[in-house]
Amino acid sequence: MTDVKELIQAKVKCIGAKREALMPILQAIVEEKNYLNEEDMIQVAEALDLSTADVYGTATFYTFLDTVPRGKYVIRVCKTISCHMAGKDEIVDTLKDLLKVDLGETTPDKNFTLMQANCMGWCHKGPVMLVNDDIYTELTKDKVIKIIHDYMGS
Amino acid sequence: MENKKFKLVDIIFETEGCDVGVVLDRVLKRTPDDIIMDMIDSGLRGRGGAGFPTGLKWKFTRSESAYDKYIICNADEGEPGTFKDREILEKVPMKVFTGMAIAGYAIDAKEGFIYIRGEYRFLQKKLQSQIDEFNQMLENKGLDFKIALRWGSGAYICGEESALFESMEGKRGEPRNKPPYPTVAGFRNKPTVINNVETLVYATMINKYGADKFKELGTRDSRGSKVFSVSGDTPKAGIYELEMGLQVSEFVKEFGDGDTKAVQIGGAGGTCVPRKKFEDMIIGYEGVPTGGSMMIFNSSRSMYNVLHDYLEFFAEESCGQCTPCRVGCQQLLKGIEAVKRGERPPSYLDDLKSLAASMKIASKCGLGQSVANPFSTIIDNFREEVIY
Repeated sequence: MTDVKELIQAKVKCIGAKREALMPILQAIVEEKNYLNEEDMIQVAEALDLSTADVYGTATFYTFLDTVPRGKYVIRVCKTISCHMAGKDEIVDTLKDLLKVDLGETTPDKNFTLMQANCMGWCHKGPVMLVNDDIYTELTKDKVIKIIHDYMGS
Repeated sequence: MENKKFKLVDIIFETEGCDVGVVLDRVLKRTPDDIIMDMIDSGLRGRGGAGFPTGLKWKFTRSESAYDKYIICNADEGEPGTFKDREILEKVPMKVFTGMAIAGYAIDAKEGFIYIRGEYRFLQKKLQSQIDEFNQMLENKGLDFKIALRWGSGAYICGEESALFESMEGKRGEPRNKPPYPTVAGFRNKPTVINNVETLVYATMINKYGADKFKELGTRDSRGSKVFSVSGDTPKAGIYELEMGLQVSEFVKEFGDGDTKAVQIGGAGGTCVPRKKFEDMIIGYEGVPTGGSMMIFNSSRSMYNVLHDYLEFFAEESCGQCTPCRVGCQQLLKGIEAVKRGERPPSYLDDLKSLAASMKIASKCGLGQSVANPFSTIIDNFREEVIY
């Protein structure tokens, strides 16, 4: 796992040790660790000469910058109207059954977190879900089961 | 009112014979003032939804004397029902970058940024390498302009231009007070042109074909064509570029499933047009404006559920900075739930409508201001469905 210090330095090198580097740094840490822990946010604050409250306050504004532990694979099912009409409820129920978790929870093996999110820009191909950065469209119950089994096997 | 028949257009995704290098060479031989005059003459208005004349935006920014100016491509497409910008960036990215470079040349900016939503992160590798290639081409042509990518992190409000600047500056994406407008003080408080992805492609194409060809399409107030994202109860969900000024009934004839009850034009913050008004409404700035989102509902759908979904969306995505929007969104949602459960009388819907009207006046940005659009149009036209 890449050290957080290195991640910070890499972004500071191309953007500068200024506040503008904050989002790219936080995004890079989440990409690596799936969430931001307190120590990491303190390190970021020191590197950019910001207050830790400011870093935390910024992070918590953004849905994708989680400040609580998340699984290795974060599943976000789109819940906005077109996906809702296309049957996202069945997809969510399938995932709940499969992973034995409720919305917002993480599996005990820390592999999967199940969440819902607002419109992801695939309204013509709903229902859809993101697993980390990867998008899966036109989901059916069978398709979801296969996708999750593939992740479980990897 | 002038209206147009259904007509498919192929300007945005046209790739045959579109060498962006040739377009840029032609642009660089002309003066920035000529380029801006052409843009104003074309009548192009912002395709993100607000519809501000693009040429004027460029002109205002050009007239600012600051040394640093910026071009920003707003790719934070988050309006429910919209997915065209992703498709454009996937299929014709070079035409987007070229639009940014033309804008940069026109207003004398050296840097451009694409702010794209985190949900499209899977595009990162491809997009970055295409940007690198494009930057190299500009360098070879001797144009001092560079494009960089910036990512959002799942906040709808960051598509609002001043919230987007805040986010790019590393802050919470809370909209600023206006004025000053971005043309005077935008990103880093410098004069900034911020255009939607689609607008930038039209800028490229207007410079390829000239303003006249663009002007031939559309109506007096809504020149040209526009990319529509069609979803919901339709056998033809997808992306279509159509001439502006289309009557809603023509649209429904083409895309409906034969049982269309209502069309939501302009996304969650847009207007709900019921069947009885299909003949009276035109899709365009003189009628119902849209950033491209067209959601079709047939008679099997409960409009209460539709409104409930929208309000839940707004309650979650409100940045919480100003009271009318933060509290208003929650109260509208709770209010229709209470009416549905019979805890409040149907007349309570009228109180809620006046709350939505207050939000339109008192909210700081377009999010809170636009909640009244779906709210009042759905309540007015489908009152029974909301109550019973």
